[in-house]
Amino acid sequence: MLDRKHRLRRAGTSAAIAIAVVMLASCGDSTGPNNKQNALRPAGKYSRQILHLTEPFFWVAVVVGLGVIAGTFYVALRFREKPGEERAPKQVHGNAVLEISWTVIPAVILAIMAVPTVATIFSLAKKPTGPNVVHVTVTARQWWWEFSYTDKGSEVETANELHIPVGQPISLTLQTPECSPKPCYNNGVIHSFWVPALNGKKDVVPGRHQFLKLEADQPGMYMGQCAEYCGLSHADMRLRVFAQTPAEYQAWVQSQLAQKTAVAALERGVNNPAYQCASCHSFTAGTPGIVAPNLAHLADRTAFAGDKYLLNYDNLWKWVYDAPSRKPMGKLTQHMPNFSAQGMSQAEAQKIACFLLTNTATNPSPTPPECVGK
Amino acid sequence: MTTVEDATGIVAAPERHVRILERPRATTGKFSWVTTVDHKKIAIMYATLALCFFVVGGIEALFIRLQLAQPDGTILSAARYNEFFTMHGTTMVFLLGMPIAAAFGNYLVPIMIGARDVAFPRLNMLGFWIFALGGLFIYSSFALGGAPDGGWFGYAPLTSTPLANGYLPGRGTDFWTVGLIMLGIGSVATAVNFLVTTLNMRAPGMTLMRMPVFVWMILVIAFLTLFAMPPVTAALIMVFMDRNFHTNFFNAAAGGDPLMYQNLFWIFGHPEVYILILPGMGIVSEILPVFSRKPLFGYSIVVFSGIAIGFLGWGVWAHHMFASGLGPVAVSAFGLSTMLIAIPTGVKIFNWLATVWGGAVRLRTPMLFALGFIAQFTVGGLSGVMHSIVPSDTQQTDTYFVVAHFHYVLFGGLVFAVFGGFYYWWPKVFGKMLNEKMGKLNFWLMVVGFNLTFFPMHFLGFEGQPRRTYTYPKGMGWDFMNLLATIGAFIIATSVLVFIVNIIFTSRRGEKVGHDPWDARTLEWSIPSPPPEYNFAVVPVVTSLDDYWHRKYTEDDEGRLVKIESGPSADEEPIPPAGFDATKIHMPSPSYWPLIFALALPIMGYGFVFQNWFLLAGGVIVAFFGLSGWAIEPSTEPDASHSEVVH
Repeated sequence: MLDRKHRLRRAGTSAAIAIAVVMLASCGDSTGPNNKQNALRPAGKYSRQILHLTEPFFWVAVVVGLGVIAGTFYVALRFREKPGEERAPKQVHGNAVLEISWTVIPAVILAIMAVPTVATIFSLAKKPTGPNVVHVTVTARQWWWEFSYTDKGSEVETANELHIPVGQPISLTLQTPECSPKPCYNNGVIHSFWVPALNGKKDVVPGRHQFLKLEADQPGMYMGQCAEYCGLSHADMRLRVFAQTPAEYQAWVQSQLAQKTAVAALERGVNNPAYQCASCHSFTAGTPGIVAPNLAHLADRTAFAGDKYLLNYDNLWKWVYDAPSRKPMGKLTQHMPNFSAQGMSQAEAQKIACFLLTNTATNPSPTPPECVGK
Repeated sequence: MTTVEDATGIVAAPERHVRILERPRATTGKFSWVTTVDHKKIAIMYATLALCFFVVGGIEALFIRLQLAQPDGTILSAARYNEFFTMHGTTMVFLLGMPIAAAFGNYLVPIMIGARDVAFPRLNMLGFWIFALGGLFIYSSFALGGAPDGGWFGYAPLTSTPLANGYLPGRGTDFWTVGLIMLGIGSVATAVNFLVTTLNMRAPGMTLMRMPVFVWMILVIAFLTLFAMPPVTAALIMVFMDRNFHTNFFNAAAGGDPLMYQNLFWIFGHPEVYILILPGMGIVSEILPVFSRKPLFGYSIVVFSGIAIGFLGWGVWAHHMFASGLGPVAVSAFGLSTMLIAIPTGVKIFNWLATVWGGAVRLRTPMLFALGFIAQFTVGGLSGVMHSIVPSDTQQTDTYFVVAHFHYVLFGGLVFAVFGGFYYWWPKVFGKMLNEKMGKLNFWLMVVGFNLTFFPMHFLGFEGQPRRTYTYPKGMGWDFMNLLATIGAFIIATSVLVFIVNIIFTSRRGEKVGHDPWDARTLEWSIPSPPPEYNFAVVPVVTSLDDYWHRKYTEDDEGRLVKIESGPSADEEPIPPAGFDATKIHMPSPSYWPLIFALALPIMGYGFVFQNWFLLAGGVIVAFFGLSGWAIEPSTEPDASHSEVVH
């Protein structure tokens, strides 16, 4: 039989071990989940450069941190006064040698860390040059991303999904929308463009054109997300990067330049002008929408609404029918309206969704079963 | 009014002063709390109210954690979530962190330096009432059309864009800007008071380098507050004007600059971090020596480190903006200055450990919290240094890594120090010892809950989870750690509940203790518990650092502790000398005027928020009335017995 104190101690020890196990478990797979949005799983040279810079300091921090924690436990338990004991400890007021050394040693460690830090800062700030650089202008809106390819012959216009060729540096210009007419108060707020697997983040600041570069070394899909609080739907401002082989990338550019279905037919199909879709969206390939995504190649994308929803029949018709109930829009003056309130029926919304899915895809996938006959 | 006999023995009629508000006289009773200028009562009110706000901010945090416990949470709407995280931050910084420093500072600084009150008692009172009314003003927004939802940092142009654009609908941001300006006035008043008190009111012999480290830290944060509040006040005024009067300070479309807001805010915001943490470091520096029965190791270097942190704190603000696009030269400079500030911080940690080393360590509750502070603050300090590696920071900033970092500093650090301080000074303030068993339960629950909540967030940040997001989708691999964090948050809540139960239990049947239950070192332990209104019957003459300790103990040739037999003892209550008459001590008299002036501020505030110019004018009149009354009222009412002259 254990006495109460022993049992308590044993319970305390088990709790401590349980915590330690949980902590270790969380470190166990040191790179974390393969969620495509993980800074510990870099997929390009810039993010790898950052991780390589972080790692040594991280381990120094782990050693120092564990040392101090162990030291705290040690001094507390080693010098603990037993019950009834009256010790007369030596009154030490200080020790110059010790104090100087624990001032100087951290200073030296930090000075050593400073060198690669500054070198990496300047290396990451350097704009890539050469013929294979791909230039993309990123416009951060509330709450989605607009990508405009600006290199000659590839003036593609798309939203929330950025396609890049692997092994080639991508030079991004980050901006918020221009506002007009002036004076105006609607050129957006600060956002932050962040695709952890490809580079650190950079804020998108109204009135500035910020620079960020990306480079992927393996084909694949990488996720990103707005990282600066930008209001109501900040959490729903996500994006995807598709890194493709240069050949695939070129094919994609060509597909996006082509007008798959005539603009007039597209507008007619979505019952424009009844719903005035074209007053916000653009149906012309390569032309930015007024305030909303270009829809000429909508069905080529995998997700929509700031990457909140996968692009499929069900999600799309519900979005067309009543967007504000599917993503918080608050009182934003310009956003996808609730068309059901303007008299759109569910059947009509479904018809528009089917129309978009079948007429804006470069390579038509089989017609969604729900759309057969609509 | 008393009647006074004149020389002839005829009783003169009491003179009738024509007064609008008779000066309050009661120093006891419930109502005396409203008009008190006693630094100790004000401190108790600060602490009580700050704890209430701590609970409210904590409840907001619990809702946030419930929402994020699993992907696609539906406990809160996006709008409500944004209000809650904004108010959680605002509450914990402005309504817990700063007032709790004012609470400890108010109670302890005068006593620790051997003074009978602060330099400006009515200014002190004003500071408290502005905090109380300002806090309620901001919270009243929940009932008056929407709480602040632009983040505790309130970045422009999200906050500064006119209401009509609907970026942040509702009046919340206006409440936030006006409320913070109000609280800033109170903070500056309190800071001025602490500065003058510390510099001018020290007892004979209490040189600067004999002041307890806690007093030093309050002195440093008073300087920081004094100089940090103006830039943020300017920024807040600009936000309010952009939002309501269509000025263009931060409107890029009209040539304004959003980054100017960030510079102004963080020139305040970073010193603010030290305003929050330095008092915690001060508390820990008081607790560790007492419970190790050893002097603080390297007192002067600990003090100078604190000052250095205060100074360097002005040169690191842009490390909050490493992703803002400042350019490589600027971010390198601020990265290096951020590394630099780690050095004095590290020095303090090592000195604390060296203080405990070789001591006779008593692991009572205050000591446990102080030791918890060292271990957890170190983790927060180290993750802070990781931010100075600028490219790393571009991955970490605005993610849960940062949430983990500053909670290790402000919760694992400051809140632990504050709880340690509560357990340590409770017997001094109330004459009763908080229950030790509940104290230990409080501590261990808080350690487990805190680390369970915030340790996993380091990983969540690296794995891509951004801050301030009301939801996250399935399949990101963040579910488990978020769930852990939520469980941890409820364990923290339980530990706070234990503390509240402990307070109630102690007030009912707590163990009464003497004036020096811990065998402590500083002057507050030389006077009765609770201290009399005048603190010291005889103003002490100070001859050394830790003066009270040296009256009790000396050292032998080997530096070992030796009790002075003739010295004061914990068992004998300090007795005032013969012939001591407490009524002869002139203490500052209670007053209404600071309260009236403080009441004017929320009236003006509502006037600004709702742009009701009548309300604003009314507030101005009340303010003028309060200030006028204050100006013509003497700080100490002339005592009728020997000052009031009969005509």
